[in-house]
Amino acid sequence: MNHLPQAWGRPRDDIYGAYNHSHLAPGQPTTHTKSPIVTGTSVIALKFRDGVVIAADNLASYGSLARFTDVKRLRKFNDKAVLGFGGDVSDMQYLDRHLNALAVRENYSSGSGAGEKASSTSAEASEEERAESLDNEGAGTGMAANNLHKYLQKLLYRRRSDFNPLWNHILIAGLSTPDPKVPDATPQPFLKSVDLLGTAFGAPSLATGFGAHLAQPILRRVVPDEEAVKKIDEKTAVEAVRECMKVLWYRDARSLDRYSLAIVTGEGVRLSEDERVEGQSWEFAEGIRGYGTQVV
Amino acid sequence: MFRNNYDNDSVTFSPQGRIFQVEYAQEAVKQGSVVVGIVSKTHAVLAALKRNAEELSSYQKKIIPIDSHYGVALAGLASDARVLSNFMKQQSLASRLTYDRPILLSEITHRIGDRAQTNTQHYGKRPYGVGLLIAGVDAKGPHLFEFQPSGVTQEMVACGIGARSQMARTYLERNLEQFEGASREELVKHALKALKESLSQDKELTVDNTSVGVGGVKEDFRLYEGQEISGWLETTFENTNTAPEPEAGEGMEVDS
Repeated sequence: MNHLPQAWGRPRDDIYGAYNHSHLAPGQPTTHTKSPIVTGTSVIALKFRDGVVIAADNLASYGSLARFTDVKRLRKFNDKAVLGFGGDVSDMQYLDRHLNALAVRENYSSGSGAGEKASSTSAEASEEERAESLDNEGAGTGMAANNLHKYLQKLLYRRRSDFNPLWNHILIAGLSTPDPKVPDATPQPFLKSVDLLGTAFGAPSLATGFGAHLAQPILRRVVPDEEAVKKIDEKTAVEAVRECMKVLWYRDARSLDRYSLAIVTGEGVRLSEDERVEGQSWEFAEGIRGYGTQVV
Repeated sequence: MFRNNYDNDSVTFSPQGRIFQVEYAQEAVKQGSVVVGIVSKTHAVLAALKRNAEELSSYQKKIIPIDSHYGVALAGLASDARVLSNFMKQQSLASRLTYDRPILLSEITHRIGDRAQTNTQHYGKRPYGVGLLIAGVDAKGPHLFEFQPSGVTQEMVACGIGARSQMARTYLERNLEQFEGASREELVKHALKALKESLSQDKELTVDNTSVGVGGVKEDFRLYEGQEISGWLETTFENTNTAPEPEAGEGMEVDS
């Protein structure tokens, strides 16, 4: 490679002759990204009784090169939703900026000030009472995880339909809005995924990338179905996810031993971005046969 | 002869600072038959008086359910209300489709407000000749909004618009304190009573000319017409003449 980025990826002039620039002439069809460049590997997530736990390592790979080792791939959207991004990192950064704009818009339209209910008694209400009523007004508004998931699904499907996909597989973890028809319904743990084609589905446990092969079977042993979700607590869920991050570090060559972990419950989001894979033991590696140059 | 030179379009101010086209549009609202809306802590109610062009014709629709959580009542040009309600239906559906949530009433009210306002600022356009009451329940509870042709929108506790609506508003102002804690049935009764206040001497509320829309917490917005509201009319105006009804029944007799 030389110092001219325009020449990168094209045949070298000194070997093949001058580059035929007619290929870049105007009037040519528009072209878009056909593959991701800098990528993040697995995101894994698991529902439990009162919330969801989600984790992703802090690595951004350039092909097989571990290029950036402090890229945070979990993003808090608000107190009710956390996103985990697998796939292209630049598309993740684009979505990050886009979601920031969305959050600002949301706070303007559904903040407690707009649409404040007119009340005949509000004139004589004390300042505290009013503040309290504003808090109540704000409850149940703003985007919950299910709203965000639906929006991202439509966004990614639109982009793939433009033949210009955002090369990500995203997990959305958090709490959903309660069903207004059900009396005394409370926000439920919510976990769904959406990929670069706009394909969307949910499950008690989800994993993207290599994690879908390596972590998902382990997570399914912990929560085989929605019934099991109601039985396990936060501690069990977090332990299972940490175990999976260790397995991924052992066996996924595009992974890192430093990761981010977020827990979403009714109390809000706890996001930690400097977790480490603890208690490693590579003894099992000696017994492995059949990779690379080993024959027996 | 005096002739108004400042009412040809909605972009020209009169020297007194008025925009006549907008004022004429507001006049169109006053020509429409009366509609009333009230909210409590749990419910939002619309009541409307329907008009028929002639004895043999049907009655003009006054309350339009938009989405499962809210509806609008109109006073003024029904055709303009149709344009606005179609827009509202489309926007409400878009909210459910892209965000998986019912649109906020404050949000949809702002959107039609913006739309109506742009009509008052472009040469060759005219303001909508319709006023709306938007009532229902969203994530923030029951709401009632008033929309005017000028683009002005306001959140209300109770409101009446249309012909002779001053009488209805007077009733609402007198009973304002009772609305917040009122039950569903009480709220409908208040709305019907307010509606009756603005009726002219020779008119009555009947199952044919009255529409009621009710939305509530954990209850979809629904339009009630015809026999469905006979119970409300009877209990609200107990001591008044129920005599015309059997008479009307006789008149409706057909060959068997």
